[in-house]
Amino acid sequence: MRTAFLKTIEELAGDDSSINLVVGDLGFTVIEPFREKYPNQFLNAGVAEQNMAGLACGMALEGKKVFIYSIANFPTLRCIEQIRNDGCYHEANLKIVSVGGGFSYGALGSSHHATEDLAVLRSLPNMVVLAPGDPVEVEHATRATVEHNGPCYLRLGKAGEPIVHEGKIDFQLGKALKVRDGEDLTIASTGSMLYTSSLVCDELEKLGISTRLLSYHTLKPLDGNAILNAARETRAILSVEEHSVIGGLGGALAEVLAQDPSPNKVPFKIIGIPDRFTRDVGSQDYLKKINGLTVEDITTQAQEILQVAGAMRA
Amino acid sequence: MSYDQAETFHEKVQELKDLAKRIRKRSVQLVHEANSAHIGSTLSMADLLAALYGDILRIDSSEPEAAGRDRFILSKGHACAGFYAILAEQGFIPEEWLPTFYKDGGKLAGHATHKGVPGIEVSTGSLGHGLSMACGMAFAAHRDKAKHRVFALLSDGECDEGSTWEAVLFSAHHKLDNLIAIVDYNKIQSLGHVHEVMGLEPLGEKWKAFGWNVKEINGHDMVEIVETLRSLPFEPGRPSCVIAHTVKGKGVSFMEDKLLWHYRNPRADDVEKALEEIEAST
Repeated sequence: MRTAFLKTIEELAGDDSSINLVVGDLGFTVIEPFREKYPNQFLNAGVAEQNMAGLACGMALEGKKVFIYSIANFPTLRCIEQIRNDGCYHEANLKIVSVGGGFSYGALGSSHHATEDLAVLRSLPNMVVLAPGDPVEVEHATRATVEHNGPCYLRLGKAGEPIVHEGKIDFQLGKALKVRDGEDLTIASTGSMLYTSSLVCDELEKLGISTRLLSYHTLKPLDGNAILNAARETRAILSVEEHSVIGGLGGALAEVLAQDPSPNKVPFKIIGIPDRFTRDVGSQDYLKKINGLTVEDITTQAQEILQVAGAMRA
Repeated sequence: MSYDQAETFHEKVQELKDLAKRIRKRSVQLVHEANSAHIGSTLSMADLLAALYGDILRIDSSEPEAAGRDRFILSKGHACAGFYAILAEQGFIPEEWLPTFYKDGGKLAGHATHKGVPGIEVSTGSLGHGLSMACGMAFAAHRDKAKHRVFALLSDGECDEGSTWEAVLFSAHHKLDNLIAIVDYNKIQSLGHVHEVMGLEPLGEKWKAFGWNVKEINGHDMVEIVETLRSLPFEPGRPSCVIAHTVKGKGVSFMEDKLLWHYRNPRADDVEKALEEIEAST
């Protein structure tokens, strides 16, 4: 994902000299090509994220499209008030890019687990929140952040995520992508859980369960229609994210589903990271396993929620 | 300086002193009518504001967003009563807006707000944001080879903020000689004297050690203020810092150097006395 972002931004910066990439002294061995190609559109702001966010807003108010780039919680939680006041309130063209969403930097410990970012960023007025699901979506999402006039948050995984989308996709900011269609169950996924979710669909298919897979690459503005349609057209909904169960995709969808006046409710379950710190040491896969985010875990959850749906219907 | 020049300079200084006087009086009234706080912080910076708006800033109220204008950021956004007063004085906003300060449905919030208010570059209120935004603007100007300058007026209290010092480091590293930080060093912050809360001394030495060219001045001596600000930038390749030694509540004897007047709202009899004193001052 990181590679797709940097490749795309490098391409766009050639045509648009207002694009500036500001890094918080991170990105060793990956940001150098941009720096060498566009020295006048690159800045290392040092290990000073509050100032990085504030100065980026100052630059944005002077007409620049400023991407601040760092990892995990550093370009978000560390400088959240600068993002809120200087970025969102001023409707500045501030683009926040965080590499290492969820447990991408799992073994580095809790400080590097970006597991509440979506909830926090989503609550800020004027902020657009993107968590693309694979490198193909990342390219589109990057373009969308350049085109959108105003603050955006782009949550990326790390590097080497598998490509889920074969061929072209109809990417639109604020529209969930229907990756595959199905009648029994809907899985709504965000960020790099897209690949896991897609494998879950394969497993369910073997069990004779037909699954609709929605990729919520945009959490805000949220595509409410896609989930309401899913509630009408399939029997149950699972949301899947590598993020706290509080306030992320699941929370956003719950806000829509709970307020839908339709009397026909379907069972809905949020699959994410429980409300606790993951203190265990290990890789992204290991920590996902501990938190019930494997293909097997989610497949089991899918079967269980369909049983609930069946019981409700009976 | 020739005799004519001296005469003109003297007239200018008198004009700025009169402007500062009007700002002080209007601020006392505004804060009273709004039943709001921070009159002490407003009075301490009145002379600096008058010099900036009356002489230094290259700005034009008929074209508040002109590309080549100097940018001014009131980082100590809580002192906005004086800011709004001078913007009205200078024709950026209508005088009729002033009574709406703090009021339901009004135009002017209790901390400096840029939304719908011509002449205000950015909204502030949370301390430690202004200098970062200012250094971003100054950096962008350098990058664009633009000639305008960026001014940020800071409180001493916000020199407690880590983000302020991040910006101080950044600006010197990038040689932003188009950036000017002015610290309204009135020595009192929210809960006590600065030296009691978190000592800043030696403040000028700190800015200097961080790579700025620093001048310490009496922030109520109009001649010194104007001469200092007219000599900007102090040094090519370095940002300029003016440590303005001021008195909280300056101009009103019973408010001067009193912690109480960081928050206390002046009542009708306070206002009467304050206006008399300010009027009588030289």
